[in-house]
Amino acid sequence: MDGFPILTTMMLVPLAGGLLCLFAGNAASRGIALATTLATFALGVLLWINFEIGGPQWQFTERAELFEGFSYALGIDGISLMLIMLSVFLMPICILASWTSISKRVGEYMAAFLFMEVLMIGVFAAQDLFLFYIFFEAGLIPMYLIIGVWGGDNRIYASYKFFLYTLLGSVLMLIAMFWMTSQAGTSDIPTLMQTDFPADAQFWLFLAFFASFAVKMPMWPVHTWLPDAHVQAPTAGSVILAGVLLKLGGYGFIRFSLPMFPEASGELAWLIFALSMVAVVYTSLVALVQHDMKKLIAYSSVAHMALVTASLFAFNVQGLEGAMMIMLGHGLVSGALFLCVGVIYDRLHTREIERYGGLSINMPYYALFFLLFTMASIGLPGTSNFIGEFLALAGIYQTNTWVALICTTGIILGAAYMLYLYRRVAFGDQKNEDAAAMPDMDAREWTMMGAIAAVVLWMGVYPESFLAPMRADIAALDARIASAAPADDSQLADGPARAKAANAIEYDDHDGGEH
Amino acid sequence: MDFAASFALITPELILTGAGLALLMVAAWGGDKSSRFISIAAVTALFAAGFSLVPGLHFGTDGPEVLAFGGLLSVDSFALFAKALIYLAAIACLMIAPAFFNGPAAGIERGLRAEYPVLVLFAVVGMSIMVSANDFMALYLGLELNSLASYVLAAILRKDGRSAEAGLKYFVLGALASGILLYGMSLLYGFTGGTAFDTVRAGLTGEIGTGALFGLIFVMAGLAFKIAAVPFHMWTPDVYEGAPTPVTAFFSTAPKVAAVALTARVVFEVFGDQVLAWQQIVMFTALASIIFGALGAIGQENLKRLLAYSSINNVGFILLGLAVANAAGASAMLVYLFIYVAMSLGAFVALLMLRSEDGQLFETFADIRGLSVTQPAIAWCLLLTMFSLAGIPPLLGFYSKFVIFQATVDAGLIAFGAIAIAASVIGAFYYIKFVKVMFFDEPADVVKGKSGTAHWVLLFLTAAIISPLGYLLTPSITDLADKAANALFLTV
Repeated sequence: MDGFPILTTMMLVPLAGGLLCLFAGNAASRGIALATTLATFALGVLLWINFEIGGPQWQFTERAELFEGFSYALGIDGISLMLIMLSVFLMPICILASWTSISKRVGEYMAAFLFMEVLMIGVFAAQDLFLFYIFFEAGLIPMYLIIGVWGGDNRIYASYKFFLYTLLGSVLMLIAMFWMTSQAGTSDIPTLMQTDFPADAQFWLFLAFFASFAVKMPMWPVHTWLPDAHVQAPTAGSVILAGVLLKLGGYGFIRFSLPMFPEASGELAWLIFALSMVAVVYTSLVALVQHDMKKLIAYSSVAHMALVTASLFAFNVQGLEGAMMIMLGHGLVSGALFLCVGVIYDRLHTREIERYGGLSINMPYYALFFLLFTMASIGLPGTSNFIGEFLALAGIYQTNTWVALICTTGIILGAAYMLYLYRRVAFGDQKNEDAAAMPDMDAREWTMMGAIAAVVLWMGVYPESFLAPMRADIAALDARIASAAPADDSQLADGPARAKAANAIEYDDHDGGEH
Repeated sequence: MDFAASFALITPELILTGAGLALLMVAAWGGDKSSRFISIAAVTALFAAGFSLVPGLHFGTDGPEVLAFGGLLSVDSFALFAKALIYLAAIACLMIAPAFFNGPAAGIERGLRAEYPVLVLFAVVGMSIMVSANDFMALYLGLELNSLASYVLAAILRKDGRSAEAGLKYFVLGALASGILLYGMSLLYGFTGGTAFDTVRAGLTGEIGTGALFGLIFVMAGLAFKIAAVPFHMWTPDVYEGAPTPVTAFFSTAPKVAAVALTARVVFEVFGDQVLAWQQIVMFTALASIIFGALGAIGQENLKRLLAYSSINNVGFILLGLAVANAAGASAMLVYLFIYVAMSLGAFVALLMLRSEDGQLFETFADIRGLSVTQPAIAWCLLLTMFSLAGIPPLLGFYSKFVIFQATVDAGLIAFGAIAIAASVIGAFYYIKFVKVMFFDEPADVVKGKSGTAHWVLLFLTAAIISPLGYLLTPSITDLADKAANALFLTV
């Protein structure tokens, strides 16, 4: 792989596909989009295979001075790698999900998704502050169009709210970025991650970045755009929104807020904890009373993301790893849940929970997959979310037992609203005739569900594949922020020391290279 | 300095003046039939004048050898940059005019009038003098030459009520502004004893006296009128709406560049030692323009009126660069001007292409509903332009805001920059309304007319510039803008 600009190639392939789709007919653009996203996914697999675990922190770096004021610098570490993999994995599934449900202006729709993919890869691979910002903000345009053109009845309101909310959050971050680059004299992200900004300045910089990431995340109380956007977006739009775009907030915290402003992060951890605790309990309760399936899953996303923020600010390895694993797991599971909604929405054209019932009788395979993803969302052992939630809560507990207690209630409430949803949709009597007449999943839907289910189980059974690439980066981050950790109240008593750290990198040993 | 050297310095103005006078004769004897030839000749003259700027732009010019006519004019890199931009904008506005005036949109007076290109040429000569003026007398001469030509251009459709009204309004308010400006200049002359920029500057050292301060404020007010900055912006929506669309496109680009460049030269070269006296004024005007430009646009149904408010909003951002009061800010301002001209031209060309089958122009939101279905090419270009005007990356409009805010923050005006950038989100609201109307609404299906090649070429060219490809231009534009800004600060 030496010298081959694989990251740029991964961005150029969907870009070219997107431009082609703009000019292709309906049927052709579906094929082009699927082929392009599959090719990008193949490149992503190649990227993962060639990623050297335990190698240099930044790999596949590319740099070109094409622009004035910032540079075209790309490169990934394990954290970026995992999020890029999530994006390129979900993309072909999104295209498949829109195969029949989108019938008007298919070329433009596929182009919007492919451009979205370019931006998502770019945002995780950018190594220049302003390049990151460009990719970060540019996502507004395709998403605005996806919601506005192909969305539901109230799409105009949802698209405006999504656009203006996230734009207002982001612009202040730009001002902070200018200040940082003028102080540090560079906009190179790896350098800035090692730069110690004055503590009083960190406070303001942290708040400026927080304004942006909190909206993207989204954290309570700035989460209100998300239910609207999710409900109105087409199925694939919801998948990509929940699967990848929400991860931008978490990625921002892990890449910028924590390493660049460690002192301010420690000082303001209480704020994050407070907002997260409110979000976990409040949005879970809100999810319990929803009548709209998509809205329910949207609120559950807010609750899961609150767990991510709380564990990020636990300032320990378990918390950081847990946050990353929840993000990956939630990306898959919430995406899959939106697909589950999409499957029955395509048949009955309603998201009202009351209109369904007893689906396990006429759609047994669908009910099986829906159950699997419901359980995964709850965090059943053996599924992806269990790993993340367990690590996250263990991490939070080390720092603050009360926060851990409140966050755990979120998991219990999560079980309540998900099981309640499942019972109303899949179990019980077939009270609606039209719902009872729906056919089970076809081959296309099987492919989408099966692919995600396989990865969900893989992540649940053997999380090492996903944790190994990130381990060194998270250890480095933990070392960087350790000195600023907030006071903990759990008073853990250290047992006898182990020969090796539990998460030591053993890539030279027998289980090395497993991924 | 001898006269020959002075004349050599003003080659572009000589070319344009000569061409303007000769073409006036052609117009007088040839009548409107010759308007096509006159247009082509005027474009050629502008190209020739533009080419004569290239060596100076490339190598950069400053120092004493750029002063012409005993210091009346200063042909430095700054002036050259502004001139190049003005000529390019004027060429574009000449290219888009015939299709409009020959169509039924021009009302009962069909056909491009032979005076139109000539007036544009004279306006451009006036602007050339404005941007290189180094003396209040030269400044006023240039300003008035430009203004008089502009008043006539606004009213060029004599039998169209709106056009006549626009011309009259522009004239009355413009005369008032000129009066204010002249009054300020006379005060400055009285308190400093000269009209040359360096004399006035020399008289304004130390603490500024009340009389001279009044002079400064009057001059600033007059200039604020010319660049349409709040609180002297009231004329803009009416004039933009009433004037024929190609003329509006012209007003929103070339004279804007000239007036902004002139303002920059006056504040830096004349009031360079009194930064504290004018910085607050500029900061207030900038913020007020951003906010009122954005708020005023929200309720508008007429697209030309909306673009007028958008231009007020953009002037606010340009003034941010001025408020920074250093070379970086001036350079950012010039980069912004370049990108703004491209975006503004793109928007107006697209408006000119919204025609019915028989050539009538459409100019309200109701007419462009669902444009993306009926005219996808125009709709996509307008989409790029609108997102670019809103400053959303990866379009080039983001880069213009990027340089301005970077200069603001680097100069330590962080709170000011934060307020201004937050206010820019208000503007995004009506820009995305454009996209909403074109892409989300059901088609109105009225835009069916075909557009000329010149329109398509300009539309695609501006779309290419403001697309992410435009970022490849940024190193060279920044280089030119830096040279220009440094020339401005050489005297400081």
